[in-house]
Amino acid sequence: MARFRSVAFSHALFVAPALVVSVAIVLLPALLTLLVAFADWDGASTPTFVGLKNFQAVFSDPVFWGALFNNVQWMVIFLTIPMAIAMVAASILMRRKRSSAVFQIIFLLPYVLSPVANAVIWQNIIFDPISGLLGFVSRSWFPLFNPLTDTRTALYAVAGVDIWHFWGYLAVVFFAAMRQTPEDQLEAAFIEGASGWQVFWNVTLPNILPTVALMLVLVTIFSFLTFDYVYLITQGGPARSTEMLSTFAYAFAFTSFQVGKAATVALAMSFFGLIASLVYVRMSRSEIQL
Amino acid sequence: MSQGGGKYGMASRWDSARVAGNIYLAVAVLIALLPLLLVAINTFKPHVAIVANPLSLPTSINFANFTRAWRGGHFSTGIVNSLLLSGSTVLITLACASLAAYALARRQIRGWQAMTIYFLCATTVPIQLFLFPLYFVLAKLGLIGNFLATATILSAINLPISIFLLRAYVLGIPREIDDAAFMDGATPWQTFRHVILPLMQPGLITVAIIVFLNSWNEFLITTTFQKGRGNLTMTLGYLSMNGIYATDQGAMMAGAFILVAPIIIFVLILQRFFIAGMSAGAVKG
Repeated sequence: MARFRSVAFSHALFVAPALVVSVAIVLLPALLTLLVAFADWDGASTPTFVGLKNFQAVFSDPVFWGALFNNVQWMVIFLTIPMAIAMVAASILMRRKRSSAVFQIIFLLPYVLSPVANAVIWQNIIFDPISGLLGFVSRSWFPLFNPLTDTRTALYAVAGVDIWHFWGYLAVVFFAAMRQTPEDQLEAAFIEGASGWQVFWNVTLPNILPTVALMLVLVTIFSFLTFDYVYLITQGGPARSTEMLSTFAYAFAFTSFQVGKAATVALAMSFFGLIASLVYVRMSRSEIQL
Repeated sequence: MSQGGGKYGMASRWDSARVAGNIYLAVAVLIALLPLLLVAINTFKPHVAIVANPLSLPTSINFANFTRAWRGGHFSTGIVNSLLLSGSTVLITLACASLAAYALARRQIRGWQAMTIYFLCATTVPIQLFLFPLYFVLAKLGLIGNFLATATILSAINLPISIFLLRAYVLGIPREIDDAAFMDGATPWQTFRHVILPLMQPGLITVAIIVFLNSWNEFLITTTFQKGRGNLTMTLGYLSMNGIYATDQGAMMAGAFILVAPIIIFVLILQRFFIAGMSAGAVKG
């Protein structure tokens, strides 16, 4: 009996390191963020409680609403364009099982490279008016402008780079899901003379729907958190046209040292992601056999 | 005739679908590879040749770009820091996640359900939700630029997904194996170390590869916590060249080549782990 109890005790010790690391790095600082949002804090001196002052300041700032609108645009773009590109690519790969491994690796390459490398490569060899491909095409064939310098197009240009980096991941995930479509269902559809589109719509899509739903939820969450490509390529400019909640919060914390306001913006972006997170947790609960 | 026509029409419809598919894949491959091909051909060219025509092939192979990029990107410092940072992140994550995955899968401890839900929620927690207080607390403790502190943060971010990946492996190991070890007088630690851990090996390899790549590429945490010239990673060192080397694109491209080529080789060698690891946990139903 004592040995049985010692098993439970040992297992509690086994889970302790992971729990301690996660609580110390994620949970406690997250709770601190919640507190700091109600305080004036420069990160060094003692914080002073200011009530809802940060929230009033942030919510009356047009830059906040502009950033939120950009995040929403980002979400709409990422819920459609990379999803569609990846879905078509994965469907095509289904009819090319032998060469699919090569295509998957090629499509994954931009995804496995660091955002720093990708962003700097695009800036210098594609967008740059002097050394980039755009500049070369403008000089030699037909005039093009640098979309990063125009407030109306900069957001879409950055999104384009991020889509270039991201869609291959979706294609690999969708393809893995499609491969689990029962072979007899596909055969039956073909024997009945269904067109490729009918097979996709009536057989493949229903089978991969749970995976698609999960990807939609994850893309929604990450649309409100997106940081790397925007910060690296435009820093939120020109004229704040690509400002995101994440870059807005980051500047509060590390440029003007208004950590209270940074925390407030962080709470706002987490809130939008949180709704999608709840859906994610609900979806995964049955999966992990709780 | 009508029958033949129907058959023929069928075949040509499939053929045109196949051609359209091939064109789609070809365009997708070209777009995926174009920026990387541009890096490859411009790596050996001097700045004037790149500006004249970024699409032209190099006329000579010149390694001078690499020496300037290596110095300008502080890659000697960066490669050491990147290896230390990513290596320790992998070790910390593997140690914590394998133990926790085993304990949570076996459900012997009270509260395993709450802990599992906690880690599930932590999977999608925004970095910005804990980043700011964490930074200023670590700054107070003098831990900014300490690679072990940064590695612990990166581990905390990678832990939930690693735990769930490994937990799936443990759930596949019959409980009777634990019971047999118990009857033979093995302690829980011995059971974990000599029975469970070897059976988890494929999962450990997948997690190690994914976590290594994640931390090697990570930007937000790394740029925030690895401040200071001596603490730069390879990616941060390369980023410090951006703008300064605008008039030496040869060095910029060589720097990108140094950064990108090892990762591509790494991925090509380990591709079967990659494709499996990338879609693990993402495929539902």
